[in-house]
Amino acid sequence: MSIDMSQFHQVFFEECFEGLESMESGLLNLDTGAIDSEVINTIFRGAHSIKGGSGTFGFTDVADFTHIMETLLDEMRDGRRQVTQPAIDVLLGSVDCLRTMLTSIQAEESVDSAAVEKYKTALEIELTGSASEPSTTTPTAATQPAHDNAETVVVVADEDMVEEKGWKIGFCPYLDLLKTGNDPVRMFRELAELGEYSVSVNTNDIPPFSKLDPEECNLSWALEVIGDIPESEIREIFNWVEGDCELDIQSFTKKTAKPASEAKITEPEAPPPVQEIEQPKPAPIAAKAVDSPSAPKPQAAQADNDPSKASAKSAASNSIRVDTTKIDTLINMVGEVVITQSMLSLIGENFTMDKLAQLKRGLAQLERHIRDMQQSVMNIRMVPISFVFSRFPRLVHDISTKLGKKIELKLVGESTEVDKAVVELISDPLVHLIRNSLDHGIEMPAERIAAGKPETGTIELNAYHRGGHIVIEIIDNGRGLNKAKLIAKAVEKGLLDENAVLGDKQAFELIFMPGFSTAESITDISGRGVGMDVVRRNIQSLGGNIEIISELGKGTTISIHLPLTLAIIDGQSVAVGDEIYIVPLVSIKESINITESMLNKIAGKGETYRLRNLYIPIIRMHEIFNVQPTDKANTGEGVIVVVERQGVLCGLFVDELLGPQQVVVKSLETNYRRVQGVSGATILGDGSVALILDIPGLVRYSNR
Amino acid sequence: MASILAVDDSASMRKMVTFTLKGAGYEVEEAVDGVDALAKAQAKRFDCIVTDVNMPNKDGITLIRELRSLPDYKYIPMLMLTTESSAEKKQAGKAAGATGWIVKPFDPDQLLKTLNKVLG
Repeated sequence: MSIDMSQFHQVFFEECFEGLESMESGLLNLDTGAIDSEVINTIFRGAHSIKGGSGTFGFTDVADFTHIMETLLDEMRDGRRQVTQPAIDVLLGSVDCLRTMLTSIQAEESVDSAAVEKYKTALEIELTGSASEPSTTTPTAATQPAHDNAETVVVVADEDMVEEKGWKIGFCPYLDLLKTGNDPVRMFRELAELGEYSVSVNTNDIPPFSKLDPEECNLSWALEVIGDIPESEIREIFNWVEGDCELDIQSFTKKTAKPASEAKITEPEAPPPVQEIEQPKPAPIAAKAVDSPSAPKPQAAQADNDPSKASAKSAASNSIRVDTTKIDTLINMVGEVVITQSMLSLIGENFTMDKLAQLKRGLAQLERHIRDMQQSVMNIRMVPISFVFSRFPRLVHDISTKLGKKIELKLVGESTEVDKAVVELISDPLVHLIRNSLDHGIEMPAERIAAGKPETGTIELNAYHRGGHIVIEIIDNGRGLNKAKLIAKAVEKGLLDENAVLGDKQAFELIFMPGFSTAESITDISGRGVGMDVVRRNIQSLGGNIEIISELGKGTTISIHLPLTLAIIDGQSVAVGDEIYIVPLVSIKESINITESMLNKIAGKGETYRLRNLYIPIIRMHEIFNVQPTDKANTGEGVIVVVERQGVLCGLFVDELLGPQQVVVKSLETNYRRVQGVSGATILGDGSVALILDIPGLVRYSNR
Repeated sequence: MASILAVDDSASMRKMVTFTLKGAGYEVEEAVDGVDALAKAQAKRFDCIVTDVNMPNKDGITLIRELRSLPDYKYIPMLMLTTESSAEKKQAGKAAGATGWIVKPFDPDQLLKTLNKVLG
């Protein structure tokens, strides 16, 4: 029976990468000093599963490599080996190496064997401390064929003698043999397959009926098998019951007139299966060496299946793991919609006006269900932010070691969910920001002690939902931003006028300018000055924004606000002249009916409105969008929609409010081009296009 | 046809085992760890258990020990899938009541051959 193993490869790779991730996070946990046996166990299981799978699916390189890791981890698990920092570092490196290996194999590229060898050697050096095991494959591989040859030689010699070989087996099981699920009859059946066989049973030990326990095995047997059978094959049959019985295996030779050719036929076939399945006296290394003869087969199968593999590969990057409860909810919703729909079509079949109320009720129900369904579908795209966060412990570990700083990373709100598209796009900017915090933010231990701070700096990554947004904060307790230094640098670079007077916030904003870098020297971690402006641009292109709060000597907080999803928003439609605009509902604080006389004009500063104790700037929508005002606007009546952006308020003066509705966001940039004050467009129920207002942009504009 | 419970925390191995066994005409159910397997084995009587050893929540050896103590599974063959070919592991498995073991890596043919040893 041959099975196409390549169909399992995709699952296998996914599983491996997951396993590697948990190994990595486990290793990093060990790193902090606490030796938790459960953690070691988890890491071990990761290596173990990869080894088992890769061997089975024919990736012997991976299996060999993980075997060494596993051996090392096994010793740690059993307490035979101390968990040391160098060992952890080697293991972490090996995890990376393994990941690269698997990625190459998955992409069907050749594996960088030099790197693999490097880590293999490093692991072996770690291992040799114990000297309990030779860790290279070479010596065992060498002994193995030698052993085979020896066996063949014996067989050949026997052949010449034209003698018949056989085995006498005394098999006396202990009483409990049956309780392991082993059945002597099945073993005898196997023996019978090896050669001519005879059996006699000894019933002398059967107790009188009154004392008979049917669960016990009171029989013993004497067996004889005739045939040129290697001892290992006989032993293999009894392999599982070794220790549960008295077993006596003896060879004998009988001179008979058997043709020699028979032995010749059986001999070449017999040994390989034995070795593939089991070694008579297995040692870990022996099992590994045995891998090699069976390896070419699965690999060949793999090569045969290029097209299917390639398609599976491209699907991998787009796949998403969804909690089944989410799917169940969705299926429920669909069921509801179907029921409502059939109800509606029933009403529609013989419609009379007296059924109008029923129809309206049905439509309302449909609307509710579709809204719920939409929510559920969006939910499927939502993944926890831990997808991004999980890579940072490693990053912080590596970089802090490199820089010689002591840094603790705290992750808060990892389960906060956000759209998959946002997760993918936010990853790189976050890496950059964290690198910056590590490199520029946190001081060297000595400097920290001198400043009266704890030696170990902390970086906190915090994610939470606020309104329709996800907020990600990167908080460090490092040296903070030096306003004077920032300004001096900006002036020196010609980015700022010498006489400019800047507030804190504006000064911090300088670091987002292209070509700005304050690092005294450029390290390979950060400081090339191409970073922060790109970070900000990426975040803004996601419809988010980034801001900095910093106190000199105390630390810096960088907050990123991002929309939860990029596809659908709750909006409020407002009329301006003959046009309809959409204001994202999340940014609306309140709306007030006013007459123009309630506005205050300030020379050179535009108009303001007194909202309780606060004066807020007013934007006349028909002015900035150049829309012909209607008669109503001319009478000076209208509505102020008060919108907020991070605590800053602003009033949008529109003609009237039309009503809330959900809108599907279509990008203006891809269909037209970027327009100031507009973040996108949508199609209304009547087919016309309405623009969605860019509230952050408008608020910035109003405060200028 | 005999029904088999395949227990492994690794989805790829589980799939491979299931696929192979189903292809040979066995009835197969899957369990993701020892806890899952115990619950499934109690709900329905299987003719054979094939389990991985290293699993979270409950490992294969504990599973075998607990199953073996149930009247329904007193004589049912239970096989361990193990990469650990060390004698101690096998002894630990046997002490728990395992019928036998299959050493990873194995190919589908070996799996079927071994199962044939305990079923039929």
